Amino acid sequence: MAFLEINDVRKSYGDNEVLKGVSLNVERHEVVCLIGASGSGKSTLLRCVNQLEQVNGGEILIEGDTVTGAGVDLNRLRRDVGIVFQSYNLFPHMSVLKNVMLAPTMVAGVDTKVAREKAMSLLESVGMAEKATAYPDNLSGGQQQRVAIVRALAMEPRIMLLDEITAALDPELVGDVLEIVRELAHDGLTMLLATHEMGFAKEVASKVCFLEQGSILEMGPPKQIFENPREERTQQFLSRVVKSGRL
Amino acid sequence: MSTHSLVRDDVQNAPEPSAPSRVTGVAVIALVVDLIGIGMMVYAVKLLRDYNHDNTFSTVVAVILVLASLAPLWPTVQGFVGGAKRARLLGDKQIVAARRAAARGREDAAIGLGYGAATIIVAGLLWLAMTNSGAVADTFLRVDAWKQSFDELIHAFWINVWVAVVSFALVLIFGLILAIMRLLPGRAGAPLRLIATVYCDVFRAIPAIVTVLLVVFGATLAFTFTQTWNIAWLGVVALTLTYSAYVAEVYRAGLASIHPSQSAAARSLGLSYAQTLRAVLVPQAVRRMVPPLMNDFISLQKDTALLSIAAIPEVLTVAKYWESKLYTLAPVTLAALFFIIITIPQARFVDYLINRDASKRAGG
Repeated sequence: MAFLEINDVRKSYGDNEVLKGVSLNVERHEVVCLIGASGSGKSTLLRCVNQLEQVNGGEILIEGDTVTGAGVDLNRLRRDVGIVFQSYNLFPHMSVLKNVMLAPTMVAGVDTKVAREKAMSLLESVGMAEKATAYPDNLSGGQQQRVAIVRALAMEPRIMLLDEITAALDPELVGDVLEIVRELAHDGLTMLLATHEMGFAKEVASKVCFLEQGSILEMGPPKQIFENPREERTQQFLSRVVKSGRL
Repeated sequence: MSTHSLVRDDVQNAPEPSAPSRVTGVAVIALVVDLIGIGMMVYAVKLLRDYNHDNTFSTVVAVILVLASLAPLWPTVQGFVGGAKRARLLGDKQIVAARRAAARGREDAAIGLGYGAATIIVAGLLWLAMTNSGAVADTFLRVDAWKQSFDELIHAFWINVWVAVVSFALVLIFGLILAIMRLLPGRAGAPLRLIATVYCDVFRAIPAIVTVLLVVFGATLAFTFTQTWNIAWLGVVALTLTYSAYVAEVYRAGLASIHPSQSAAARSLGLSYAQTLRAVLVPQAVRRMVPPLMNDFISLQKDTALLSIAAIPEVLTVAKYWESKLYTLAPVTLAALFFIIITIPQARFVDYLINRDASKRAGG
């Protein structure tokens, strides 16, 4: 039994079918990368896993327990499933420290003092400790994204979903953020990430999925997908990526 | 670029340096406007002194006004000087210097024109007030009537103030209840959502003056226990009913203006809907709600005058009593002045809040 099982998941907005039966397994400690053009359904798939979006068909299971459909304790589920967004989505009216402490104190009921120490040590680990009292608006995109990662980690999730977390960053800030993800992968955190950073995917992924118009067209180890893709559409996509200098 | 460059010197000639713009035309127009303004002002102050039987105060005011109307002549003259300078420099082929002189001259002439036009408006208003041998002033601006009615009016105005403050305090609470009802999720909340929506629609549709009439006269007949109330409290009830509908809308729009990504971020950390509202959405929305809430408060203060329809002894009711007693609208003008004095600072304060918010966002 895989840690995360996605079975034939379908999702549509009105007549627009975004996911057309996606199936995918993520084992514990695995890092799975979703690649594909914008609009191929990467983000939607991630948002279905933590139920920010409800599926129209199929099933998603975490450790064998279904998280789709009625009767699921979503707040409980989301404590175990962290997500980081492309646009950071920090809370602008709270300091960096408060952003990180909010969920542990309010949701998990951690003592304020304990939560603060934990938050500070996490911020320390991403080089943001001295910005603990700053407000998000006064931080660069890269700094905000590092805080957003820490905010998700503070809940000690068992799987992290990363939704194109470097896509909105200036090129010189991408490296810092990817370095953190690299460390998390090294530490064995289970991750499912959508990304346009092909080089990074090649390096950290245990499995790469190429999504095309709501379906997984090709899936396999990074070496196979990037160096020897079977599908013509995968080849076309990768050659366009190479041309734009991203691989 | 190589030899294939799209831009080539031989097909794009350097442009002629542009000549300095003209000055004298603007200066002449400014001079004409200034002179008309001075003429009108002289005539208007003559009317003013006639009306006041040439007393010293009106003479002083007249002299000040005429002197002020002369002021625009100075920049106009500067405009002509600039024009002359431009012509001289152009003769010397100093094109850049001529352009600068022309620009400065036009600026000066335009200032003379603007202030001259303002003089015409001020003189015109004064003229209007003094026309018909002071009929306008007699109707609206009689100092003796102001003196006689002032004490009673300011006393009555106190009712407007406390009615506005108490009503708005109640409106903030009742409006919040309506807004929460409108935001209830799911099928279970549907009937309550509907009731709140209908309430807001209905009370925004009914003119406030009709609600005042229905409540103040209706309550004493339909709910007899209200007969012992101070009648102003019925006015409070009527205004609260009306303004709660508007304020509920402000609350709702304020919460809706927070980007859905904030809610997504909070929910995906495991916060419940109520926790998300309390910790993330409301604190951010409050800042955006303050200016529109202040606007509604200002509007409510002015609508307290509607209570005069029900003979509640607020400022307009008392002003109308003095009006019929003295045969002049001057007391009503005084009531208007009271509203102006309390309202304008608040309006400026709202503008300040909005600007501060805008510049903060631009800075971020």
